[in-house]
Amino acid sequence: MATDLGHDPDSNPPAGVHSLWRLRGYLKPHRVALTIMLLTSLAGVGLTIAIPLVTKAIIDGPITNRDLGAVLPLGLLALGLGVLEAALIFWRRWVQSNAVLGVETAMRHDLYERLQELPMGFHSRWQSGQLLSRATTDLSGIRRFFGFGMLFLLINIVQVIVVTIVLLNMYWPLGLVVGAAAVPIVALSMRFEKRYVVISRQVQDEQGDLATHAEEGAVGIRVIKSFGRGEHVSLQYEQAADKLRDTSMVKVRLAAKFWTFLEIIPNLAVAVVLLLGSIGVGRGSLTPGELVAFITLLLSLVWPVSSLGVILAMAQEAMTSAARILEIFDTEPAIVGGTEVIAEPRGHLRLEHVDFAFPDAPDELVLRDVSLDLAPGETVALVGATGSGKTVLTSLVPRLYDVTAGRVTIDGVDVRELDLKHLRSLVATAFEEPTLFSMSARENVTLGRADASDADIDEALDIAQAGFVRDLPWGLDTRIGEQGMALSGGQRQRLALARAVLARPKVLVLDDTLSALDVHTEKLVEDALQSVLGSTTGLVVAHRASTVLLADRVALLQDGTITHVGDHRVLLAEVPAYRELLAADAEPSELSDLDEAVTA
Amino acid sequence: MSTATPPHDQPESDERRQPSWRGVAQVDDDEAAERERSVRFSGGSGALLRELLAPYRRAIWLLIGVVVVENAARLSIPYLVKEGIDTGIPPIRTDDDLTPLTIVVCLVLVAAVTQAISRNFFLVRSGLLGQNVLYEVRRRVFRHFQVLSPAFHDDYTSGRVISRQTSDVDAIYEMLETGFDGLITAALTLVGTAGILLFLDLKLGLVALACGPFLFLLTNWFRRASSASYRITREKVALVIVHFVESMGGVQAVQAFRREPRNQEIFDDVNDQYRRANLHAFRLVAFFMPGIKLIGNVTIAVVLLYGGYLAYNGDVTVGVLAAFLLYLRQFFEPMMEISQFYNTFQSASAALDKLAGVLREEPGVPEPDEPHRLQETHGEVSFDAVRFSYTEDRDVIPGLDLTVPAGQTIALVGTTGAGKTTLAKLATRFYDPVEGTVRLDGVDLRHLTADDLRERVVMVTQENYLFSGTIADNIRFGRPEASMAEVERAATALGAHDFIMALPEGYQTDVANRGGRLSAGQRQLVAFARAFLADPAVLILDEATSSLDVPSERLVQQALQTVLAGRTAVIIAHRLSTVEIADRVLVMEHGRIVEDGSPAELIGSGEGRFADLHDAWLESLA
Repeated sequence: MATDLGHDPDSNPPAGVHSLWRLRGYLKPHRVALTIMLLTSLAGVGLTIAIPLVTKAIIDGPITNRDLGAVLPLGLLALGLGVLEAALIFWRRWVQSNAVLGVETAMRHDLYERLQELPMGFHSRWQSGQLLSRATTDLSGIRRFFGFGMLFLLINIVQVIVVTIVLLNMYWPLGLVVGAAAVPIVALSMRFEKRYVVISRQVQDEQGDLATHAEEGAVGIRVIKSFGRGEHVSLQYEQAADKLRDTSMVKVRLAAKFWTFLEIIPNLAVAVVLLLGSIGVGRGSLTPGELVAFITLLLSLVWPVSSLGVILAMAQEAMTSAARILEIFDTEPAIVGGTEVIAEPRGHLRLEHVDFAFPDAPDELVLRDVSLDLAPGETVALVGATGSGKTVLTSLVPRLYDVTAGRVTIDGVDVRELDLKHLRSLVATAFEEPTLFSMSARENVTLGRADASDADIDEALDIAQAGFVRDLPWGLDTRIGEQGMALSGGQRQRLALARAVLARPKVLVLDDTLSALDVHTEKLVEDALQSVLGSTTGLVVAHRASTVLLADRVALLQDGTITHVGDHRVLLAEVPAYRELLAADAEPSELSDLDEAVTA
Repeated sequence: MSTATPPHDQPESDERRQPSWRGVAQVDDDEAAERERSVRFSGGSGALLRELLAPYRRAIWLLIGVVVVENAARLSIPYLVKEGIDTGIPPIRTDDDLTPLTIVVCLVLVAAVTQAISRNFFLVRSGLLGQNVLYEVRRRVFRHFQVLSPAFHDDYTSGRVISRQTSDVDAIYEMLETGFDGLITAALTLVGTAGILLFLDLKLGLVALACGPFLFLLTNWFRRASSASYRITREKVALVIVHFVESMGGVQAVQAFRREPRNQEIFDDVNDQYRRANLHAFRLVAFFMPGIKLIGNVTIAVVLLYGGYLAYNGDVTVGVLAAFLLYLRQFFEPMMEISQFYNTFQSASAALDKLAGVLREEPGVPEPDEPHRLQETHGEVSFDAVRFSYTEDRDVIPGLDLTVPAGQTIALVGTTGAGKTTLAKLATRFYDPVEGTVRLDGVDLRHLTADDLRERVVMVTQENYLFSGTIADNIRFGRPEASMAEVERAATALGAHDFIMALPEGYQTDVANRGGRLSAGQRQLVAFARAFLADPAVLILDEATSSLDVPSERLVQQALQTVLAGRTAVIIAHRLSTVEIADRVLVMEHGRIVEDGSPAELIGSGEGRFADLHDAWLESLA
C-alpha cells in the first residue's frame, strides 16, 4: 500500500502499550507537574489511611481509657490531616489541569500540522469526519489517560496493597476476609469492562447509522417528497432506532448487573467484618476503635478496587486512540518539495508524456500519454466530456497530485524538483467548486497572498466582477461560508477567481470557474480576464464556446488523452467530436439571457 | 443575504471579542437560545417532557417506590453497624451470647440483598423507560421533519435538522443515562442521611449539619461558574471543529494557495482558546472538589472532637460515633456528583426546548382530514385562478388559469424569477396556493393524501440526491417492489445501463463508497431512471438536464421521447433543443403566461418572444 494512503480509515490499527509509549515525548515538558501529581497522590493515600487510625486512637484512647486530655490534640490532628488532604487534592488538580491540557493541545497542533502536509491522495480517502474524531475524541481519551488513568492505575494498586497490609496487621483474620473480597471485584470489573467496551462500541455504531438516516432524511427531503416516500424512510429510521434501543438496553442491563454486584460485595464484607469483629471485640482480641477503623478502611477500598476495571478499560481505549493518532503521524507525505527555485520565472508550462492514476486505483489510468506545451503568456483551453480527466490534469500542475509517469515542467524544471511553496506561488487555480472558509471575505480572498494591499484586493475583485463583496453588510469583514453569509454559486466562483487573480501567478488555472455565472456576468469577467491572461500563462477548462474564446489554442481531451490541439474554429469545422461537445453550446444556450439580449 | 441588521454599530463591539480573520456575522438563533438557558424545564420543554412521560405514570410511581426502598436499605447499613457495636458486643462480653449480634448481622445481609435487588430493578426499569422515551422523541421528530413542507426545510437548513436529531437527542440521552439516577440517589442520600444523623443524636447531628450552609454556598458558586464555563468551552470547541473540518474539507485550496502557515496560526489560536476555556473549567473543579473534601474533613474532625467529648461523658455510644463517621462519608460524595449533573440537565433542557419548537411547527401543506381516493389517474393538471406568494408583499404568481390535458408535454420557458419553478412546486404540492385551486383529474390537491399524490406526480430537479445503498436501491427508491429486470429496463431506457455495468459491482455498487466517483451527469441519469421506474402519470422536470454535458443530454432527450409518451409532462429548461420535444410551449413572465401554443405555431407567427428567441438561435447557428 502506498505510503500516503495510511491504513483503511474504517478499521482500527493494532494497538498496544507501545503506542502510548511512543507518545511519551509529549509528557516530557510536564515532568515537574507529573512528579507533583504522583507525590501528592501518594501522600493522599497515606492520609486516607491515617485519618481512620486517628479515629481509632480517639475511640480507644480518651473514650475507653477515660482520658479527656487526649481528645483535643487527636481531634486537632484529625483536623490538620483533613485540611492537608484537601490541600493536596487541590494542588494535584491545579497542576494536572495545566499539564494534561498542554499535552492535548500540543498533540492537536502536531496532528493538524501533519494533516496539512499530507497530499490530496490521502485526503480523498479520509473523510474529514474521521480525521475530526481523531483530533477530538481520541485526543481527549489520551488526555484522560495521561492525566487520570495512568496516575490512578498506580495509586490505586498502591492503596489496595498498603491498606490490606494495615488491615492484616490490625487483625489478620478480618484482613484475610477483606483481601478475599477484593479478588472477585477486580476479576468481575475486568470482565465487565471488556464486555462493556464491546457493547458501547456497538451502541456508538448504531447511533452513527441512525445519524446517517437522519442526515439522508434531511438532505434528501426534496427527493423523498417528490416520490412520496416519507413513510418508507420513517419506517427505516424507526427500525434503526428500535435496534439502537434494544442494544442500549443490553448495555443498561449489563451496567445494572455490574453496579449491583459492586455494591453488594462490600456490603457482604461489612456484614462478615461486623460479625467476626464484634465477636473479636467481645472476647477482647480487638478494640472497639480498631473495629470502627477497620470498617472505615474497608469502605475506603471500594473505589480503588472497583475502579481498576474502569481504568484498565480506559488504558485500552487510550492505546487504541494513540494507535489511531500514530497512524496519521506515521503517514509520510508522498508529495514533498524539491529544492530548486526559478529565479526569473516566465511561465513556460510543459506536460511531457504524462500518465496518471489515482493512488487508490493504480490500475485505472485516468490520463494517458498527455503532452502539451504552453508558451509563456499563452492561454490554452481544455475541452472534454465529463469524466475525461480535465480537472485531474489541472491538479498535476501545482502538485496536488503527482504524475504516475512522464513529467510536468515549468521553465524546463520538473515540478517535483521545485520547492513546493515556490511552485504553488507560481501556479494559482480557481476551482470549479470553490471552497469558502467560515471567515471574513478578506481572509477568503487573500488566501494566496496574505499581505495583499487594499488596492490589490480591489483590483482583483474588479477583474473577477466580485464587487458584491463590498456591498455585504460588513463589507470585506463580513463572515462568509457555512457559518456566515450564504453566497450563491456564481458569487462563490467569482470570489474564487478573485482569489486566484490576487495571487499573481505565472500560471493561472481556471477549472471551469465560470460555469455558474450567467452569460452577461461571464462576458464581463472574460473581458477583464483578457488583461490578466495577456501576460500570464493560462490553462482554462471550458464547457462553453464563450470560455474557449479566451484561449489562443484549444486542446481536446478524450478518454484521458489529448486527441487534438488547435484553433477553435478549425477544430469546430474539422473534428466531429469537438463539434459534438461545443456545437450545441455555441447555440445560444440560455434562453433567459438571450431574452435579456433580445429585449435590450 | 439580506437578513443582517444595519452594520454600523456592531462590528466594533464584535471585533473586540473575535479575531479579525473570523469576520463579522449574525448570532445564530440556536446559539442565542443556548446562552439564555437555565434549567427550568418550563414552557415548551416542560410540556414536551410531561407529554413524553405521560404513558409511564404508573411505571414512574413504581420506580419512585423502589428507589426509596433501595436508599432506605442502603442507609440502614451504617445504622445496623452501630447497633452491632452497641447492642451486639456487650452480651458477648458478659455471657458470650451471640444472639443479638447474629440478628443484627442477618439484618445487614437482608438490607444488602434488598438494596441489590431493588437497585438492579431500578436501573433496568428506569433504563427501559429512558430508552422508550428516547425512541419516542426520535420517532416523533423524524416523522415531523418528514411532514414539514419543503418551504420549512428551505429556511431551517439540513444542518440544523441533523443537529436536532443528533446532538440534541444525545443531550437528552445523556440526561437519562447519568442524570436521573444520580440526581435521585443524591437527593435521597442527602435528605435521608441528615434525618438519620439527627435521629441518632440531635446535638451531634446539628453540629455535623452545620456544614450545610457552606456546602450550599460552595455548590451554588460552582453551579453558576461551571455553567458559564461549560458554555464557553462548547463555543470554543465548536470553533476548533469548524476550522478543522473546513481546512481538511478544503485542503485542495489550502495547499494550492500555500495557506498552511496562516491556517496553522489560526488553528493554534482556536486550539489555545479551547485550551484556556478547558483550563478554566478544570480549575473550577480543582477548587470545588477539594473544597467539598475540606468541608467534609473539617466536619468529620469536629464530629470526632465533639463526639469524643460526648462519648467521654457517656452521652453517646461508640456505635453512634462510628455510625456518624460512616454516614458522613456517604453524605459528601453525592455532593461532588450533583454539580456535575447540572450541565447535563442544562443541555437537555435546551435540547428539549428546541425539539419542542420543531414539533410545534405546523406543516405548510397539511394532510386532508377526509382524503379523496383517486381511482384511475389520467394526468390532467389544472390551475384555477391560482395566486401565490412567498412573502406577503410580492405575488410570484398573481393569478393563473391553465389546463394541461392528460398526456400532453408542455415546456415552460421564461426568465429567471418568472415563476416557472413555483408553478412546478404548486403542481407537486410542495406549496399550497394562497388563493385558487390546483387540481389533478379534477380533484383539489388538498384533498389528496401525500402518498396518493406523489405516486402520481413526480418531479425531477437538478438536485440528484442519492441515498446510501446500491445503485439498484436508488433506482428503486420510488417503487421498492420493482424487480431487477424492471430496474435494468429503466436504466437502459435512460442510457444509464452502460456506465452502471462498467462500475465494479454493476447495479450492486454501493454509491456511498463509490458515489464520490459518480459524476454529476451520471448521478442525474440515475435520478432519471428513478423517476421513470416510479411510472407517474405526471412527470415534472425542473432544469433536470442542465448538469449533463451535451452528449448525455442528447441521450436523455432521445429517451424522453419514449419516457414521456402517454403521460403528462412539464419541462422547465434553458436549452431550446429540449423544448423541441414539447407539444406545447408556455412563455412565462412575472408569473403570467404571455405566450401559449405549439412550438411551430409560436415560431410560425413570426413575432413574439419565443419567435425572437428562436430567430436569435438560428442566427447564431449560421
